[in-house]
Amino acid sequence: MMIRASRLATLIALFTLGSAHADEVQVAVAANFTAPIQAIAADFEKDTGHKLVAAYGATGQFYAQIKNGAPFEVFLSADDTTPQKLESEGDTVKGSRFTYAVGTLALWSAKEGYVDAKGAVLKENDYQHLSIANPKAAPYGLAATQVLAKLGLTEQVKSKLVEGQNITQAYQFVSTGNAELGFVALSQIYKDGKVSSGSAWIVPGQMHDPIKQDAVILNKGKDNPAAKALVDYLKGPKAAAVIKSYGYQL
Amino acid sequence: MPLSSADFSAIWLTLKLASLTTVILLVIGTPIALWLSHTRSWWRGPIGAIVALPLVLPPTVIGFYLLLTMGPHGYLGQFTQWLGLGTLTFSFAGLVIGSVIYSMPFVVQPLQNAFSAIGSRPLEVAATLRANPWDTFFTVILPLARPGFITASILGFAHTVGEFGVVLMIGGNIPDKTRVVSVQIYDHVEAMEYAQAHWLAAAMVVFSFLVLLALYSSRKTKAGWS
Repeated sequence: MMIRASRLATLIALFTLGSAHADEVQVAVAANFTAPIQAIAADFEKDTGHKLVAAYGATGQFYAQIKNGAPFEVFLSADDTTPQKLESEGDTVKGSRFTYAVGTLALWSAKEGYVDAKGAVLKENDYQHLSIANPKAAPYGLAATQVLAKLGLTEQVKSKLVEGQNITQAYQFVSTGNAELGFVALSQIYKDGKVSSGSAWIVPGQMHDPIKQDAVILNKGKDNPAAKALVDYLKGPKAAAVIKSYGYQL
Repeated sequence: MPLSSADFSAIWLTLKLASLTTVILLVIGTPIALWLSHTRSWWRGPIGAIVALPLVLPPTVIGFYLLLTMGPHGYLGQFTQWLGLGTLTFSFAGLVIGSVIYSMPFVVQPLQNAFSAIGSRPLEVAATLRANPWDTFFTVILPLARPGFITASILGFAHTVGEFGVVLMIGGNIPDKTRVVSVQIYDHVEAMEYAQAHWLAAAMVVFSFLVLLALYSSRKTKAGWS
């Protein structure tokens, strides 16, 4: 028994020692930022020794989970209104909110040469389905509807719109070929400065309200040094380079 | 009125989907259940297992494969395109197919149990009285298996009303075509419209309870304790 007890004590000591240096941070990440945060997480863990645990999803869903006690410490939202709302409701660490990326919208098809560089394919009307993210819940979906309105196509595309619950699903409908066209986040189809598959029109930013994506430290992460470290890291030049390489503005 | 017209059209669509699915399942489920309850074939095991698969598979698995199969590159998608029908994703017809697969065990299994309970004796008697198979089905099997048909219809209908994952993956959230109640509730929650979400969600709870109450109350209690 003595031996077992001392072994247990050693184990406990090991775990607590370990966590004194390397903390774990639980992050709720907007679906459009999935690929960049995975690249950033690898660097972040190597450079700081902290561990990043990410959950991906829709911003509205994260809001509901955070309000109901989800264990997230940092929230990387797809918009700026949800973090503002959480801030005004007292769920965040004061002064921690900042814009970590400005999203770019793209009209995309999985087919090569289908989308032209100016998006004229939208007006040609030669498609069955146009996929967008749910505009009520996803900022990229809202931006897509603003672009359609600006082009005067709202009525024309009405019967062709299919909605994904978040930007990942909007992408999935296009990538599986079920929708010929879709408005997705450039970050989903962009790698190392170019569109990696299919064809796309990168929508000029002035055609919709800016997709400002804000990050915030939540109350659960108040005393976690890893949460603070992650936010600082996101503001640093190394993360900025990665974020830009996925087609975001800063 | 706490429910909007969009909520009502989602309710109407859900009822339409569940009714149509139940009717189709009764038509194709009855011969499958009859066969499963009487065959001695080696295929009984594999077919029974396939019918029961939706009981254990996550709806995301069914939805994912349907999305690929019904899509323009999938077998079903290429077939429907060849027929000139286009693809079935994002359509009411696509949801009906998905629901038929998803709710299949909830209809076939109660029917199979009911048919097994009849046994072979009444069928043999019918045969000696020179009843042809159709006569036997309509005058012997159908009346005797009535409770099984009622259970199958209620469960098939209710399970389709409760469907979410499959619809989410192949539906595309189109009003009046694929936006059913469960998706509408999810939408309300995502958009932080909790009051509307509550009304619809509470309606679902009440509906489900009433359905199950009807189901369990209709069952005759065998020699009970009280």
